[in-house]
Amino acid sequence: MAEMLLREAVSKALSEALDEDNRCFLMGEDIGAYGGAYAVTRGFLEKYGEERVRDTPISESVFVGAGVGSAMIGMRPIVEVMTINFTLVAMDQIINHAAKLSYMSNGQLTVPLIIRTVTGGGGQLAATHSQSFENWYASVPGLRVVVPATPYDALGMFRASRKDNNPVIFAEHALLYRVRGEVPEEYYEVPLGKARIARPGNDVTLVAYSGMVRVAEEAAAKLEEDNISSEVIDLRCLSPLDLDTVIESVKKTNRVAVVEETWKTGGFSGTIASDIQEAAFDDLDGPVVRINGPDVPAPYARNIEQLMIPNSDWVVKSVKYNFGL
Amino acid sequence: MATTLNIETLAKEEALEIFTQMLLIRRFEEEAERLYRRGLVRGFLHTYIGEEAIAVGAIPNLRDDDYVIGHYRDHGHALARGVDPKAAMAELCGKATGCSGGKGGSMHLFDAEKHFMGGHAIVGGQLPLAIGIALGVKLKKLDSVVMCFFGDGAVNEGEFHEAMNMASLWKLPVVFMLENNLYGMGTDVNRSRAGGASIYGAAEPYMIPAVQIDGMDVMAVKETVSEGIAKVREGTGPVFIESMAYRFHGHSMADPSNYRDNEEVQENRSRDPIDKFREDCLEAGKIEPQDLELAAEKVDLIVQEAREFAEQSPEPAPEELYTHIYADPEGN
Ligand SMILES: Cc1ncc(C[n+]2csc(CCOP(=O)(O)OP(=O)(O)O)c2C)c(N)n1
Ligand SMILES: [Mg+2]
Repeated sequence: MAEMLLREAVSKALSEALDEDNRCFLMGEDIGAYGGAYAVTRGFLEKYGEERVRDTPISESVFVGAGVGSAMIGMRPIVEVMTINFTLVAMDQIINHAAKLSYMSNGQLTVPLIIRTVTGGGGQLAATHSQSFENWYASVPGLRVVVPATPYDALGMFRASRKDNNPVIFAEHALLYRVRGEVPEEYYEVPLGKARIARPGNDVTLVAYSGMVRVAEEAAAKLEEDNISSEVIDLRCLSPLDLDTVIESVKKTNRVAVVEETWKTGGFSGTIASDIQEAAFDDLDGPVVRINGPDVPAPYARNIEQLMIPNSDWVVKSVKYNFGL
Repeated sequence: MATTLNIETLAKEEALEIFTQMLLIRRFEEEAERLYRRGLVRGFLHTYIGEEAIAVGAIPNLRDDDYVIGHYRDHGHALARGVDPKAAMAELCGKATGCSGGKGGSMHLFDAEKHFMGGHAIVGGQLPLAIGIALGVKLKKLDSVVMCFFGDGAVNEGEFHEAMNMASLWKLPVVFMLENNLYGMGTDVNRSRAGGASIYGAAEPYMIPAVQIDGMDVMAVKETVSEGIAKVREGTGPVFIESMAYRFHGHSMADPSNYRDNEEVQENRSRDPIDKFREDCLEAGKIEPQDLELAAEKVDLIVQEAREFAEQSPEPAPEELYTHIYADPEGN
């Protein structure tokens, strides 16, 4: 068992792809000569050459679309969009094209494309550079949305994404790149659509994904000090969504809070909350609690930026208050 | 725009084939319009009537391993590429036997086997896809080319400019086929484009060789496009061909057509590409009137069969609503 950073786990996943499958190639802004804005592809250009590690112009529409087009004829492109904020510029290609071609062609075409991108705030990059849109993409049929929280999952789910024949949004949280975790030497995969119980518990369920898994785990440790036992569920994927694991946990704990980084209005926590009350209303001892960032653009100044990203104290307080614990 | 490839140089069968293909598109769409008025075709129906010479002059120059992709005005492109008229008509009628299983409709015809990579209905959206197909071709070390059709309206989209730059930068095998019919819906190109109605100069800043031709002259299209394809196949990068044309009918069946006057429409209709080709062939003694009659009868029969097939075909089964959203079963 080796320890590695999440960044290294993604790098490893990308090298594997290039080593094992000659249909795979990487494409994106500054992934080659620069080494990747988050250094995930450092050294790749030297190792694999510019045919397979393609620096693109700053043209998200066309390079994402070029990923789609090449996937339509059997390539397995891995496209990096520097951050999820910039995927908005390519949304036409992602939503109107990548997600639709299989359906509209009645299965004649498939789009085995992975779009890697960096999500999340907390780096004092202000309003245009601190957003999370995984929930938006998760609402689009035809897309997979993968949101790893650990190095183990990043590698395992990347492997699974490569085998999937659908367009995958693979969102890596910027603040998780330096998170260290255990990754086995031997080959394994983490299937898409299978949530993970990050911490077992009995009194309350905390559902989270991506950067918020750590926050939920920290909160659980604090709640433990007050003898409140929390079960933390890492969704791992928003699409396909593993609701069963959530419901099973709720049936045990009868209390659930969903923690999510992005805005409350339209947040994925709303979907989860509604699904839970439909499936397990009689098992609930109280309302499904949603802990989201408030509906404000991300500010630059550190003190007020911190007020918009859910943290463990906030989760602890909310759980105690809402459930009278 | 003198052409060296003229009617004289065509074999009789070739001339007949061109005539037949153009007429097939025309009659197919006239039937589609009737089906629309009968309520069997719904949604948006955009006809290519008046522009047939472009698809027929261009697409048959391609090899089977080349690719065609274009916009929603796609019946002509599909038929010229050899998509079965029955499957195309069934698609317009929303039938399970349609070339997109009844899920695409008129604007989204697909036939992967024929390398017909779709009609695409987001203006400009097919251009990045064409770039990707061409990139795939290049990475696979093939010598196929990608022919991408789009309208004068699409050149004002960012996706067009991104695609032009990347095609040129990466020397991708793309034949850019601009169909300039002078309008994007109801907007005269002179009101949408700085620089006016002539667009091929837009390729210049991207260092892409570009020409403008009369898109109502099938021989001019054929000559220019076959040269263009040969050049692209050499691997030196894309070419850009602007075909000047005019759509005789409204933008779609929903178009009240009150933005252009009748005189203008009549003037352009008098240059009907099919009539022109027919007359040129007769004048050159290339084809006898009875050959043309036989061809027309053949076309009528194909269209009739396509209509009957479409009418008699079943609708998609209700469970089809849920198929092919994902390539793999959910959760795989
Ligand atoms: C991105 C986008 N904007 C607007 C529309 C609505 N629309 C459909 S066709 C069209 C005109 C396009 O004209 P042109 O590119 O010249 O093609 P033509 O229809 O003349 O063949 C418009 C505005 C659309 N489908 N997609
Ligand atoms: Mg037009």
